[in-house]
Order: sequence, then structure tokens, then C-alpha cells
Amino acid sequence: MTSHTTAALPAGSESAGNAPGEKAPRSSSGFGRYLINRISGTIVSLIAIVFSAFFIFRVLPGNPVENLMAEFENPSPELQAALIEEWGLNDPLPVQFWNYLTGLLQGNLGTSIQFGVPVNQLFADRLFPTLLLGGVALILAVILGYGLGAQAAWRHGTGFDRRTVYTALVFFAAPTFWVAMIAIIIFSRELRLFPTGRMRSAGAGDNFFAQFLDVGYHMILPTVTLTLMMYSGYLLTMRAAMLDEMGNDYLTTARAKGLRDNVVQRKHAMRNAMLPTTTVVFMSIGNLINGSLITEMIFSWPGLGYTFYQAISVPDYPVLQGLFVIFAGSTVLANLAADIMYWFIDPRARKA
Amino acid sequence: MSTETATPSTPPSPTAVRLARWKRSAGSTWKEFRSQKGGMAGLIGLSFFILLAIFGPALVDSSALSVTQATGGRMAPPGDGYILGTDEFGRSVALLTLMGARVTLIIGVAAAFMGMFIGTTVGIIAGHFEGKISWVLMRITEWFMNLPTLVLAVVLVVILGRGMLVLIIAIGVTSWAGTARVIRAQTRAVEGRPYLERARALGAGHGHQMSRHVLPNVMPLVMASTIMAVAGAILSESTLAFLGLYDPDSLSWGMMLNRAWSSGGMSAGAWWYMLPPGFMILLVVLCFTLCGRALETALNPRLRK
Repeated sequence: MTSHTTAALPAGSESAGNAPGEKAPRSSSGFGRYLINRISGTIVSLIAIVFSAFFIFRVLPGNPVENLMAEFENPSPELQAALIEEWGLNDPLPVQFWNYLTGLLQGNLGTSIQFGVPVNQLFADRLFPTLLLGGVALILAVILGYGLGAQAAWRHGTGFDRRTVYTALVFFAAPTFWVAMIAIIIFSRELRLFPTGRMRSAGAGDNFFAQFLDVGYHMILPTVTLTLMMYSGYLLTMRAAMLDEMGNDYLTTARAKGLRDNVVQRKHAMRNAMLPTTTVVFMSIGNLINGSLITEMIFSWPGLGYTFYQAISVPDYPVLQGLFVIFAGSTVLANLAADIMYWFIDPRARKA
Repeated sequence: MSTETATPSTPPSPTAVRLARWKRSAGSTWKEFRSQKGGMAGLIGLSFFILLAIFGPALVDSSALSVTQATGGRMAPPGDGYILGTDEFGRSVALLTLMGARVTLIIGVAAAFMGMFIGTTVGIIAGHFEGKISWVLMRITEWFMNLPTLVLAVVLVVILGRGMLVLIIAIGVTSWAGTARVIRAQTRAVEGRPYLERARALGAGHGHQMSRHVLPNVMPLVMASTIMAVAGAILSESTLAFLGLYDPDSLSWGMMLNRAWSSGGMSAGAWWYMLPPGFMILLVVLCFTLCGRALETALNPRLRK
């Protein structure tokens, strides 16, 4: 979870791939082989997620029923027995695993303890708000991070560069939930500019446009918080990638052709620096999920992250387990997408 | 271990040679580090926080922290003898903030060291051996790298129960992947050097190669990576504590923010209860990040411009 640190910062930027095990000569490969490679890696990861979701919840020392009973004043033995029966905890482990697998394949993730509805139905209701908030914040963070990072590198060593980097480091060091709390106190409680939470207000009109404005209004504070939490990683990566490009001769050539400075920057240097940075963006989906979880919680944003928070204190095991699979699975798929995209945008990756 | 200094007439012992070489390289790294303003600011800040964590609690009268003996008003604003106001029990926020440094730093440093240990071990083994072992280890590393680590850490704490050790394990287990990748890359660079070839030719086993030749060479990088990891671990600790996944009686900054939140500090507009602990987290994390970045730059000539 250094969450926050390792994935976003340019660590050892070494190409992820070169999986051994295939003995074919490199030159004969091609997109098909590359794709099969990546997809098989993804499938292995997905299987690992499905397995670990099962084993973390069954095998670690810690009894879900006992944990749950601790929340009640006078837990009755009948309730306890009923829960053990409901979760099939008396069955032998292989049987439990089989039931879990077949359930998962049919999209059956169990029933939520606190809401009493099927987990997959709960997730379906709460998926859209998460995608909306996370998606908009991600786009804003990429624009902000790429733009400022490229500018900072271009003006390397100036006051602008220093200020940009230090601002990013400060936002990077600030706990997301704290930034959100401060934002609520200043902008909602004191200035009364924005709502303190939730996605809609009760009085909003029925038509689409009124709803759209209402949701947009509720989105402003959480989106800004999440954007500020994420942009610094992209900024630092972009700046480093840009600095790497800046010594190259093709920039001198471009300048010698008489191109204006900002054209050289945008059309030549930035275009190349975007390649490594874009992989980092895809690899940071895990960070986005971490950040969304906290942001949604503070702003009571009715998405999957808020659901996860609601499930923590119960603890609502079926919900926690289902969200673990979904969150981890989506990061793995995002990485597959990054690998596939990388093939098309960077010919150098094809050698791997 | 013969660490006795060798007399001028006899040739210096291998340990002495190693010590002298180590001293020289540490000296040049320090010179490079010192030239970076940000890194020095971070180092000074860190020294301050470490002193605070060691001696701070000794300055506090324990009755001032007792919930029943508190004298202040409930969530009173600053003033009236309390420079930073009071919490929901009437205790001084300034004292609580002072106390929080110790728990926060202990968890952050311990978790980072645990992550460092796992990451370095995996990184060196994956870099040293080729083929299946390396492949399997790197798939595991990649998997941990991609995972939304907060989600995994939360699940671990929920299942294993609350407490300092569980928190350290949860953060350590979820934060080593970045270190492993960096160390693996560095190990591969070291593996190509002639002295390792010589050691292999002389019949050195894998264990000897890894512990005596690779490890000392990747150690500086491990240190830089660990310092950065402490920053991440402190942020993780504060987040987990804020989510209520820590012992409610503990006095970490994240726990303070959790109580400020859950006891209605937001609707009371008790900014004095929230600003100090969050600001302390920000400063500590910033100091660790600045130090780590400066050390990385000092160790890696390619990063210098």
C-alpha cells in the first residue's frame, strides 16, 4: 500500500515481460505469440486471485463467525449455528472450495450480511458511481500530471520546476482522507459552497438535465480530492521520462528545422516521453482503487469503495470477499490492456 | 571476526580493507547527499521527529492523557491553556499529537523493514537464479505490485484482528513488491561483474555468492528504497487506523483522526482536532520522501543532471 508510493513512482523501470518458458526464436514471434503470452499470464493471475480470495477468508487464523458474534450483545448459539450452516463452514474444505468456485462462475457471490441482498446485485447498483468518480478523476489527474510534468522538465532547474515538484511531493505526502476532511470543513461547513457528501440531493428535479447537474455538483469536491491524490505520481514519472528524452539529438534536429519551441516540446519530446508514462498510468489502477475507497468513504459516495468501507466494521465477509476479487481482477485486466496497448504504441516493446 | 586494526608492517586484514572501502564510498555518497537542499531539509526534519518520538512521551504527565482525569472542555477550540484545543474527552490535542509520533514511527519503520526484508530476499533470489525460480518469483511480485494493496491489507487486518503486530504484518506483506523489482534489476547488473565470475570459478556456492557479493552491492539501493518505503508505510498505517482497523486506545496520528471523525468532529467544525495530526503525517512522510529521493540521486549518477 505504500500503495501509494511504489507503484506511482518511477521505480526500476524494467520491462515487465520476457517470460521464459517459451523457447521459440524471438524474431519469429509477432503479435499472436505476444498476445497469447500476456493472456496466459493474466489467466494465471486471475486464478491466483480466486484462490487467494478463498484461502485468505477460510484458512487464516480468525473465525468469521466468532468475529461477527463479537458484535452482538448476547450471541445465541442458534444464530451461530445458523451462520455456520449458511456459509457451509462445516463442510470439508474441498467441498467449500467447489461451492465457492461454481458460485463464482455463475456470478453468485453470496448474500450480504448487512444488506440482505445478493452481493452481485449490490455491486451492480454501486458500480456506476465508482466508475464515474474514478474515471473523471483519472482523466483529470493524467491531464494535470502530463502537462505539468512536461512543463517542469522543459524548464528544468527553474523556479517553476522546483515549485511544481515540491507541490506534487506535498500532495503525495498528504493522507487522502485528511485532504478530504479539510476540504469538507473549508468548502462545505464554512463557505457552504458544496454538499458534504452523497451523490444526489433530495430536492433535485426529475428530468435528466437536473439530475446531471445535481450529480455533477456533488462530484466536485470528491473528484478534486482524488485528482490531487493521484496527479503527483504521473507528474514525477512524466518529468523523469521527459528529462530522459531531452538530451536526444532528434530534438536538436527539430529545432534546427526552425520549429517553434512549444512544437518541439509537444510534438516531439512529449510524444516519446508519454510511452513509459502511460504504462505507469495503467499500472496505477490499484492506486486509483485505494484512493477511491477513501474518497468515497469520506464523501459517502455510493460506490464500491464506500460499500467496502461499510463492510469492514460488520464485518460483511461475502461483500469483502467479492470486492477483493473484483478490485484485484480489474487491476490485472488493466495491466493486460496496458500490455496490449504498449505493443501498438511502442515498437521497442515487441522485442521482449 | 578480527576487527583489530592491523599494524603498518602486516598487510591489512580483509575486514579492514572492506571497512576502508565502505568508508570511502559512504563518504562520497554523503558529500553528494549534502549538496541537495531538499534531502538535507528532510534529514533535519527526520532528526527532529525521531527525537520527538524518543523523548516526547517522557515530557508528558500521564494524567493529562487519562480520559477520566481530563480537565478541558469537550472539543474546546484553542485557547484557555490548551494551545491546540481539546479532544472529545477534554484532553489536550497538543499533547496527543506529541504522543502520536512514537506509535506512528514505530509502525512505519517496522513495516518498512519487514517489506525491505521480503523484497530484498525475493529480489536477490529472482535476480541470481534464472529460469523457473525467477519466473515464479517475478509473477508473485507482479501480482503484489498490481494488487490494490489497501484492499488486501484491510482484509488481512479484518481477519487477523486488530493490534500493532497485525498492522505491521499487513503493511509489510503488501508493500515489498516495488523493492523486489528494483533489487532484482540491480542484482542482474551485479551478476555480470567479473568478481562474481571469479567467485564462481573458485567454487563459491549460491548462498555465498548472494550473501557475500550481491547483497553488499545492492545494500545502498536497499537503504534508499527502505527510506521511501517508510513514507508509504506511514501513509498506510494512518489510512488503516483511520478506517478504524487499529486498537482504539492507541495514540497514533491516524487513530487521532479516526476519533476526530467518529466522535463528530466534522459537524462540530473542530479543525484544531484534525489539522495537527494530519499535518504531522504530511511532514513526516515528506521528510522520508525527500531523504529517499536525495539518497537515490546520490547513489545513482544517472539521476544527477
